[in-house]
Amino acid sequence: MLSRIAESLFWIGRYVERADGTSRILDVHLERLNHLPLEEQRSVARELLAVMGAKPQSEEFGLPELLHALAYDKHSASSIAGSLGAARENARRARETVSQSLWESLNTTYYGLNQHRKDVVGTYRFCNWVLERTAMVRGLADTTVSHDESWLFMVLGRSLERADMTARMLSTRDVQSAGMSWVNMLRCAGAYESFIRTRRAAFGDQHAAEFLLLDRLFPRSIVYALRDADECLAKLDPSAQRVGFINDARRIVGQARTFLEFHRTDDLMSELPEHMERVQKAVTQASDAISRKYFNQADEHAWVGEVS
Amino acid sequence: MSDLFQDYSEAAARSGAYDEMFAQGHVARRSYGQVSGALRELSLADVTARADSMARTFLDRGVTFDYAGEERPFPLDIVPRVIPADEWDVLERGVAQRVKALEAFLNDVYGRMAVVTDGVIPRQLVTTSAHFHRAVHGFEPSGGVRVHVSGIDVVRDAAGTFRVLEDNVRVPSGVSYVLENRRAMAKGLPEAFGQQHIRPVEEYPRRLLSALRKTAPSGVDDPTVVVLTPGVFNSAYFEHTLLAGLMGVELVEGRDLICRGNRVYMRTTAGEQRVDVIYKRIDDDFLDPLQFRSDSMLGCPGLVNAARAGGVTIANAVGNGVADDKLVYSYVPDLIRYYLHEEPIIANVDTFRLEEKEAREHVLDRLDELVVKPVDGSGGKGLVIGPDATKDELDALRKRVIADPRGWIAQPVLQLSTVPTLSGDKFGPRHVDLRPFAVNDGDDVWVLPGGLTRVALKEGSLIVNSSQGGGSKDTWVLANSPQLPAEVIPRQSVTVREQVSVWPVESNWRDRQTEQQQ
Repeated sequence: MLSRIAESLFWIGRYVERADGTSRILDVHLERLNHLPLEEQRSVARELLAVMGAKPQSEEFGLPELLHALAYDKHSASSIAGSLGAARENARRARETVSQSLWESLNTTYYGLNQHRKDVVGTYRFCNWVLERTAMVRGLADTTVSHDESWLFMVLGRSLERADMTARMLSTRDVQSAGMSWVNMLRCAGAYESFIRTRRAAFGDQHAAEFLLLDRLFPRSIVYALRDADECLAKLDPSAQRVGFINDARRIVGQARTFLEFHRTDDLMSELPEHMERVQKAVTQASDAISRKYFNQADEHAWVGEVS
Repeated sequence: MSDLFQDYSEAAARSGAYDEMFAQGHVARRSYGQVSGALRELSLADVTARADSMARTFLDRGVTFDYAGEERPFPLDIVPRVIPADEWDVLERGVAQRVKALEAFLNDVYGRMAVVTDGVIPRQLVTTSAHFHRAVHGFEPSGGVRVHVSGIDVVRDAAGTFRVLEDNVRVPSGVSYVLENRRAMAKGLPEAFGQQHIRPVEEYPRRLLSALRKTAPSGVDDPTVVVLTPGVFNSAYFEHTLLAGLMGVELVEGRDLICRGNRVYMRTTAGEQRVDVIYKRIDDDFLDPLQFRSDSMLGCPGLVNAARAGGVTIANAVGNGVADDKLVYSYVPDLIRYYLHEEPIIANVDTFRLEEKEAREHVLDRLDELVVKPVDGSGGKGLVIGPDATKDELDALRKRVIADPRGWIAQPVLQLSTVPTLSGDKFGPRHVDLRPFAVNDGDDVWVLPGGLTRVALKEGSLIVNSSQGGGSKDTWVLANSPQLPAEVIPRQSVTVREQVSVWPVESNWRDRQTEQQQ
């Protein structure tokens, strides 16, 4: 398939997952944020934005600005509206490859972006709506696109972004250590019920973090997402080497995953920031490596927004 | 706020009840400062939009109760009920005290009956209670707790004093609405939360689970807890699923369970699995066809024997109904003094025991001024409010009371306190009660901060039951000292925190490709 198309598909996967992750994080944090005194609200809003990988554009940065930056700013690739817009733009460029229903659902989503009130209450509904739409997009991608190379690129993007998003969810724990309970951390990832069923009475920070980082069966855990990405990469490049890897992306993803999976620790919580940092780094590097290998890094960028 | 609360003070004056939000002269009480500020900012359109969206959330999430075979959303009003820290402190202690006394009473009644021997209550009172089950006489349930979960209904009278209206120690329901209401309010009226610290309710399922696990039969290392539901047609089925889900345990029906050798097992795909603790959400009568109603298909034969043999913990214990018999209720202050040697912290509502001849005559003369309740009813069934009843109803009631004086109690009509409630296009005062929930793990009674506030949605109505047109309100308990630092301490930034490094130094692949390209 064309590199350009592959690249668009890869980014559809990433952007849709990013919109999903960002709205999960926003939804849960908004509730906490809303209860803080104004001064603290400001500093937490800034830090939250930093965790999401963006910088405040003005000195005056509070709750309304955070909402704009993470939810409604169409020009920022780290906002929900921006991601969904970019996903749609990518789908538009690959319209002949993606299925009609996938394109339509992305397009409808894009036109629905403006139909929400932009205050706190409206944002809750917006986040919910985004979760529904992204779930629909994912479902349509899985059921109406042949699971061939093109689909693999989409899933690859999705899995990498998912690992990244879960890492950011876990990093937000730092930001609001005062109010952010492990319950919310799990809610963020939609993992509360799964967690409680597997762990029974073993509650707490450490267990929750471990679950989101290492669980082999929960689809939003980092190890699970990285394994998904790894499998996609293996299928995309089936030339079985007896020794070593030509594909840097596989090496990066594989190293990160195996390190996490086989790492033994007594104090996960104090190591968490490093894990998160390295996971995010690995995702960025893997994404770069995939671009180099498959998308034939042209001078002109075919997608909207940032490179990572 | 002006138009939304337009006729509020007149309506409040009409009812003559204590208003939770406004003190004399339509001044918002201190505890309601934040809420009234938030409401003042909103227009009617905002409020209705919020209320609609909250109702829709409830339908989406399936927060319903079953009414005449139909799933209905449980109406949640947008104005919360706020309880200041000092008032809550009293309620909390009062509820815990009551639970401890009832626990002691049940242990006694199903054991030595010292309370009868010592003349605190008549033996006949216990033995004539419909829920005194001889099948569970003479053994201490494993784990040693009988009242794991209780809901003590509390009301505030016209003078603003809290009084206990009734005790529920069989299968108190409604806690799921407490959890769901808080979720809905946090998203529906975020402004009102403001910067005050409201005590969270989300830990309830974990508290409950740990209490249930703690009271498991001895010798079980990792107890398996299940929630036993009568099934999908039960009015509280939503609550059963929610609690089982939040505790991460199986929700079982009677047909999923087997009793063998005084142990209980559930049928799973991996064969039979031992069950150690059953959180029972069905009535005693249906629990065990061997002991109770033999036509019951909801329970599992042999459960009571298994409990007696110590093979399983049933929570709440079988036979608890004797403690929330309304006639026993009238003795609870005495029970508190007898068992705990303390004075009751929350008073009862004055109650006439109709078995006593004088009281009965007095009551029969003034039936039209009193509330008459059946002693074993729940959900407001069979209750007659004198001032609202027709003459025929009163005559019928009179006959039934004379026929079975043990079956009824009478209380003065209490003007329950009111909270502003959205009705149509403005707020009006509506009567509320409060059901705080307590979880007893054997060592300690934990009271969920808040509880379920039920509200009668019809003006002037005193019946708050959901089956009779009641709704609910989110209940906020303000924390004593807001857990906020006096001055904002400069927050530790994410980047300067102490780094622990465990990852290997990044290997050389990182720049290889770029170098090659160069």
